[in-house]
Amino acid sequence: MYSLNQRFNNQDIPEDEFMASGNSACAGCAASLSMGLALKGLGKPTVLVIPACCFTIIPGAWPLTALDVPVFQAAFETTGSTLSGIKAAYRKRGMDDVCVVGWAGDGGTFDIGIQALSATAERNDDVVYVCYDNEAYMNTGIQRSGGTPMGAWTTTTPVKDPKSEPKKDIDEIMIAHRIPYLATATAAYPHDMIAKFKKARSIKGTRFIHLLSACPTGWRVPENLSIEVMRLAVLSNIFPLFEVENAEIFRQTVIPDEVIPVERYLRLQGRFRHLTDEAVKEYQKMVDDRFERLRKRFEITE
Amino acid sequence: MRKVLTGNQAVAYGAMLSDVQVVAAYPITPQTTIIEELADMQAEGLADLDYIRVESEHSAMAACIGASMGGVRTFTATCGQGLFLMHEMLHYATGARTPVVLANVNRAIAAPWSIWSDQTDSVSQRETGWIQLYCEGNQEVLDTTIMAFKIAESLRLPAMVILDAFFLSHTSEPIEIPDIEAVRDFLPPYDPGDLWLDPDNPRTFGSLCMPDTYMEFRWQIQRDMERAKQVIDEVQDDFGRVFGRNYRQVEGYRSDDADVVMVVSGTVASTGRDAIDFLRARGEGVGMVKIKTLRPFPRQELVAALRGKKKVAVIDRNFSPGATGVWAQEIRSALYELPEDERPIIYGYIAGLGGRDISIKTIEEIYQKTREADQPDDVDIWIGVNYV
Repeated sequence: MYSLNQRFNNQDIPEDEFMASGNSACAGCAASLSMGLALKGLGKPTVLVIPACCFTIIPGAWPLTALDVPVFQAAFETTGSTLSGIKAAYRKRGMDDVCVVGWAGDGGTFDIGIQALSATAERNDDVVYVCYDNEAYMNTGIQRSGGTPMGAWTTTTPVKDPKSEPKKDIDEIMIAHRIPYLATATAAYPHDMIAKFKKARSIKGTRFIHLLSACPTGWRVPENLSIEVMRLAVLSNIFPLFEVENAEIFRQTVIPDEVIPVERYLRLQGRFRHLTDEAVKEYQKMVDDRFERLRKRFEITE
Repeated sequence: MRKVLTGNQAVAYGAMLSDVQVVAAYPITPQTTIIEELADMQAEGLADLDYIRVESEHSAMAACIGASMGGVRTFTATCGQGLFLMHEMLHYATGARTPVVLANVNRAIAAPWSIWSDQTDSVSQRETGWIQLYCEGNQEVLDTTIMAFKIAESLRLPAMVILDAFFLSHTSEPIEIPDIEAVRDFLPPYDPGDLWLDPDNPRTFGSLCMPDTYMEFRWQIQRDMERAKQVIDEVQDDFGRVFGRNYRQVEGYRSDDADVVMVVSGTVASTGRDAIDFLRARGEGVGMVKIKTLRPFPRQELVAALRGKKKVAVIDRNFSPGATGVWAQEIRSALYELPEDERPIIYGYIAGLGGRDISIKTIEEIYQKTREADQPDDVDIWIGVNYV
């Protein structure tokens, strides 16, 4: 059903555009593509909270913006609490139909923003939190975050001392909050992604969407391979696409026709170039083990 | 209606009477009874507010900024460490031009731990662009909370109502509670104009500003902070006309004909009145000036009040290591513009840190030291310290 080179029919993609093409994203940036698709899925009225991240820069400097929805550029660690505040204000104004959406990077989510995010989820405030995960502090120049995968080079984990710990499992952390909806998605499978944003909009309470977002600059891949590398992440089970309702119903939404070895994903990227064959084997085992734990839950609920 | 209220209850009544719409708060001693009272008011249906029980003071201020950007009246309260944790967001509130009102119960800074009164928390926020209003008694606390919303919203600058830990926060006084309809006439519902996150008018707030635009935003803050001096006067005058209680940014007490003037803030002012009466009865030519605003700093009023005095004794219940008490710094700077023959000698005293009592005796000691020395021994003189 899902393969590396498949083509999609654009007819099913909503035509509304809320993100203009004139923006300052790097060539091949998946985050700008993701924003366009996410807003197509969410529709209006929607309001965005964007903390410090690449998206502080991408829409453009004052007084210009590429975004056609209201945006509040918030402090780095405050996405969750800012969302809660805005939602409370709209409730008081009788504007409960406005979808209040956070759009934060992995640093702003896994690391500095996790406290506020956790509290928002614990209160089950009626907001959507999106983490576009490019697996390092890319806006500041590719520094290691809690979202950086094991073995990766970053500017603070040099090739001689690459990251030795696995990526923090933010999905499990959010599932543990028993929020009504969690999904993983990527712009490389746009229909799946849009469907998840549409679904998120229809649900009340804290919704969390985790996007894998390729960064050619930081991952050291050619900019024309962003889509391919994200598809390889999905098809190798490094970043399986699934959704979870109320921490109980687990559903894998994109099931690969054929599971591709993680080696193909890793070897495409300069940030993993230094990994030995033995390290790649260990990597495969780590990915298989994690997916196996997830698969058991997919099976239980099927 | 008259009621016996603690300072903290007075804050909660002030916020409730102001029809605050969103409260985001995190507990910290001795602020807790403010946010408990507000929770009760909400639960009992006395206050129609949305209450966000956040996980930290940092998030409390972030949520208030978010709610204010959503176009509603917002409030929070904290003290000491909580205010320090908020520091980044205090700056953010100013930059975002969100008129959040915060009550800060002055609490000493750790380490070592202390929960008692000390202004170092709030004076450390001097540069955040918050209007700072210090209170002497519980009536002033309630009245100032209401006025703070009016001042903040008309300037789109955040405002801090400041009261001493325990001396006010947990001490009861009979106070007059204004009629809510009169408060509503005085303080109409918050109107954010077009500066809010209006889904029908998509705009971005807080975008990146390049060096050719950033400075103008900062200048606007300064322009409005300068304007705040006049706005505070106007709001206080209006309040006096409606409710019959008058407040000033700078208020003299028996200071017109005094040679030596003590400059104080917060609850020290009420002890100070008694101390001045006691010293006057002994024939001493002493008076007092109470300052209510640290920001904006009432430079002109102070210069007018202290011009030509022989000596000025500033009592600071706060301290900036490596410099002096903060009020003394400000007053030295303000009075420097006077010609030398009209410029008083300034004596800076550090007293009452960490809740140590500033009694009539303390003030008498400060007066004696000031009267006896032709020049201060040092730029800051510590009162009642055992030099171990």
